[in-house]
Amino acid sequence: MTQELTQNRIIELFTQKSERLLNVYFTAGFPELADTITVLRGLQEAGVDIVEIGMPYSDPVADGETIQQSNGKALHNGMSLKTLFAQLAGCRSEITVPILLMGYINPVLQFGVENFCQKCQEVGVDGVILPDLPLDLFLTEYAPTFREYGILNVNLITPQTSESRIRHIDAESDGFIYMVSSASITGSVKGVTGPMKAYFERIQAMNLRNPRLIGFGINNHETFDTASQYANGAIVGSAFIRHLEEKGTSAESIRAFVQTIRA
Amino acid sequence: MQTTLEPTTSFEVTEKGFYGHFGGAFIPEMLYPNVEELRQNYLQIIADPAFQAEFWQLLEDYVGRPTPLFLAKRLSEKIGATIYLKREDLCHTGAHKVNNTIGQMLVAQRLGKKRIVAETGAGQHGVATATVCALMGLECIVYMGSIDMERQKPNVDRMRMLGATVIPATSGSQTLKDATNEAMRHWINNPVDTHYIIGSVVGPHPYPDMVARFQSVISQEIKKQLLVKTGSENPDYVVACVGGGSNAAGAFFHYLNEPSVRLVAAEAAGQGVTSGHSAATTALGKPGVLHGSRTILMQTEDGQVIEPYSISAGLDYPGIGPLHAHLFDSGRGDFYAITDDEALQAGFELSKLEGIIPALESAHALAALSKMGLKQTDVVVVCLSGRGDKDLSTYSKYL
Repeated sequence: MTQELTQNRIIELFTQKSERLLNVYFTAGFPELADTITVLRGLQEAGVDIVEIGMPYSDPVADGETIQQSNGKALHNGMSLKTLFAQLAGCRSEITVPILLMGYINPVLQFGVENFCQKCQEVGVDGVILPDLPLDLFLTEYAPTFREYGILNVNLITPQTSESRIRHIDAESDGFIYMVSSASITGSVKGVTGPMKAYFERIQAMNLRNPRLIGFGINNHETFDTASQYANGAIVGSAFIRHLEEKGTSAESIRAFVQTIRA
Repeated sequence: MQTTLEPTTSFEVTEKGFYGHFGGAFIPEMLYPNVEELRQNYLQIIADPAFQAEFWQLLEDYVGRPTPLFLAKRLSEKIGATIYLKREDLCHTGAHKVNNTIGQMLVAQRLGKKRIVAETGAGQHGVATATVCALMGLECIVYMGSIDMERQKPNVDRMRMLGATVIPATSGSQTLKDATNEAMRHWINNPVDTHYIIGSVVGPHPYPDMVARFQSVISQEIKKQLLVKTGSENPDYVVACVGGGSNAAGAFFHYLNEPSVRLVAAEAAGQGVTSGHSAATTALGKPGVLHGSRTILMQTEDGQVIEPYSISAGLDYPGIGPLHAHLFDSGRGDFYAITDDEALQAGFELSKLEGIIPALESAHALAALSKMGLKQTDVVVVCLSGRGDKDLSTYSKYL
């Protein structure tokens, strides 16, 4: 681990807290363009541990309908990486919660990987999740740049990921491992099933060096609770997007959502 | 005409799936095991003599290969060069797509897959996939943009008649790009027993290479047939339309390393390259990543994919295969942007001159002929990728 990463908010978080961490995803510029900071502030006030901000993309293949629609709406609202960084600029005067950006590689490539990492550092983003950036390509081409700016690259594993690949991903990851709960896109899973538990147990028994958060299908207290028994916490996405759409972005509404998950 | 599917050119894909700067496998981890399983096995599977025997037998007895190489005399006269048409429209199911679906079906079987998912634009790949699924008794799910389902209704009915489930893709532009997104999602949700038959030379490695190999039967036959007809295997030009570019990859394959043969790709300019309603990828695009590979892509400054447009449902794709991006980038290929009107006119012209109604996709390739500055002595092979029956409702609006 480099010196820069020891000061990373995500790494600091996991050194302080190892149980029942809640990471909540929302799409930047959704429901309205200017909502990014409102939602971020709301999530911090509601006590979430990590916030994952979606960088909207026209073709988010790993996501389901809910997140795709929120991406489409955000793009329609005029959201772009440039706008997102402008919105986040200066937010660290009030926002202390660790921030991840989640999105797809093409907008990042067009922005320029170095430029992107530099901007992330400037505005206080701690890490990124880029599901379609393959690990080997990241390692050969982009890892030094990410490291230079102290930005974590969070990698995913799924029930189909082989043990040797999980070991490889664990060795090459800093921060945490994103455990995709089942073979699925986001927002398509209902509840935690038997095979999912078997997979959670299998990974738990591997004693990985990185902490793990479980995502996909975590949408209420019960699923959050179950996931937290097998990992360091969980990630909620589609359920929160639906909540924002139906109940709005007020601090009160966001607090109510987080409370139902944490209960 | 049994032969091999070995690559013969310096345009061969690298181990990591790159053609020059283009290609690779940009996929979410959810797809990694499937794509990796395919990558590790496809070359051995297709090199296996039993596979080869079954593949070539089916191409001969079921598809009806070799397809004719037809000297189009009246068209030649009109254009002022010697024009041969490679009649992929005479393949069973009406287009070249079946060469690939047979190959991938046999690969899927050997990988133990029980279900097939596919995307389709014009419906030709969907029909070809549904056909081989019926032939082999496999479950078949085809995603098709809901707009394409309307404009290519006969193909939707054909797929259903063949037992496939056709699912409308209702996101985005509701065309091929979105059907591809939905098919990839389906594969993510069903990773173990499902094989995704990509219909073009797009997608993550090894798809572009695998599909090009299955389609290379086209250029392999052209070489043999042209030798008999002209005394030379090599024409001056090979012309094909490019949406994703599978018929072009197949028609170019054995000529990639023959510099005397110019490779000509016709892209869909829609209502005009600068009209805002176009699919002319090389004219409008720049390097980017879509559907698993780095290629040339129509996109905004921010890297959002631009919705393409073409009168031809098979060509309105915002990217091209990475091999084609490399052909463009390296100057090996000549790319022409053909408007809807030019394609329609070429389609009507071939119908009247030669009694062959071409698919609107293939009509784009034909329309390139009058732009190429051909000489009387030039020998040109045009890949007539599909037949126009499916496009009659579009053609009939302009009769």
